[in-house]
Amino acid sequence: MPKVKVKRNNPSLDMTPMVDLGFLLVTFFMLTATMTPDKAVIVDTPSSVSQLKIPDSNVITITIDKDNRVFFGVDGQNTKAAVLDKIAGKYGVGFNEEEKKTFSLLSEFGVPVAQLKQYLDMSSKQRKDYDKRAPGIPIDSVGNELGDWVLQTRLTNPKVIIAIKGDVDVNYETVQKVIETLQDKKVNRFNLITDMEAKPKNL
Amino acid sequence: MSTKIDMTPMVDLAFLLLTFFMLTTTFAKPQTMEINMPVKPDKEEEQIELKASNAMTIILAKDDKIFYYYGLGNPADNPEVVESDYSSNGIRKVLTSPKIKGNDKMTIMIKPMADSRYKNVVDILDELKITDTKKFALVEITDNDKQLVQNKIGQ
Repeated sequence: MPKVKVKRNNPSLDMTPMVDLGFLLVTFFMLTATMTPDKAVIVDTPSSVSQLKIPDSNVITITIDKDNRVFFGVDGQNTKAAVLDKIAGKYGVGFNEEEKKTFSLLSEFGVPVAQLKQYLDMSSKQRKDYDKRAPGIPIDSVGNELGDWVLQTRLTNPKVIIAIKGDVDVNYETVQKVIETLQDKKVNRFNLITDMEAKPKNL
Repeated sequence: MSTKIDMTPMVDLAFLLLTFFMLTTTFAKPQTMEINMPVKPDKEEEQIELKASNAMTIILAKDDKIFYYYGLGNPADNPEVVESDYSSNGIRKVLTSPKIKGNDKMTIMIKPMADSRYKNVVDILDELKITDTKKFALVEITDNDKQLVQNKIGQ
């Protein structure tokens, strides 16, 4: 008896629907995406049931990482350039055009004003490296630079709201210093950035 | 002659792009919790005295410990300090108890100790929000409170 010959056909798939789906998703992501800004430090935020969303623009972000370092960030390139000018005037540090440009593109930074020039002269890779051991912005009562940054930003752009983004493990002492700094500058309303958490049903 | 095109590279490209966009996107905007601090009074006399019967203090200590007592914490009153926790049967039960819910003037004072974690502060603010407690304040810890906690732990 002869063997039954299985007809072999080429197992080629019609991939058109797959391509369709792929590009549909690509288009969707391209249109809805906002690029993740380069963050100087990674912060693990605590969670809360609060439903408020942070606005898209006019936000000062004060980041406190787990080593109690404070980073300052504000959005808007023009705001940043103007604030840097004011701070430069106050502390008597001159910045050239190149450094101003770099600063207006930074999302956040954590160095004292005295080291800022040096920090801005670094290449972006060096800067990324340096952020790991950056000292943070001084918040002690002697030279409270954070207060100056906040004040000058608020003078430049009165619409800004202030958001504090603290790490879960940071000691409250540091947070308290930041809050006191804000209160000294007559900021009594601010936001704490948190993750989302489901609200418990049974009360 | 077949007119079929091999679409595999196209699929590759599509999914490469897809992965890239998925990874670089911030999808959900972070939540925020708004808090209002009282305006710092210029003069001490301008502060309104809080009645001890309308006050409750929550102390956040290190290692995620939490203590509370009623009243203003004068050492002379010798308030009973109770230890609680952040679970739904802990401080939330206290905050929904009739003693607090039944008193409109009840003000909760939150006093985080310097070595408590930031998470504790957010957690307790969250609990207040969940239990719909309107009157509360974030207050700096006093030496009395530290002493009370010390006594409690020392027991």
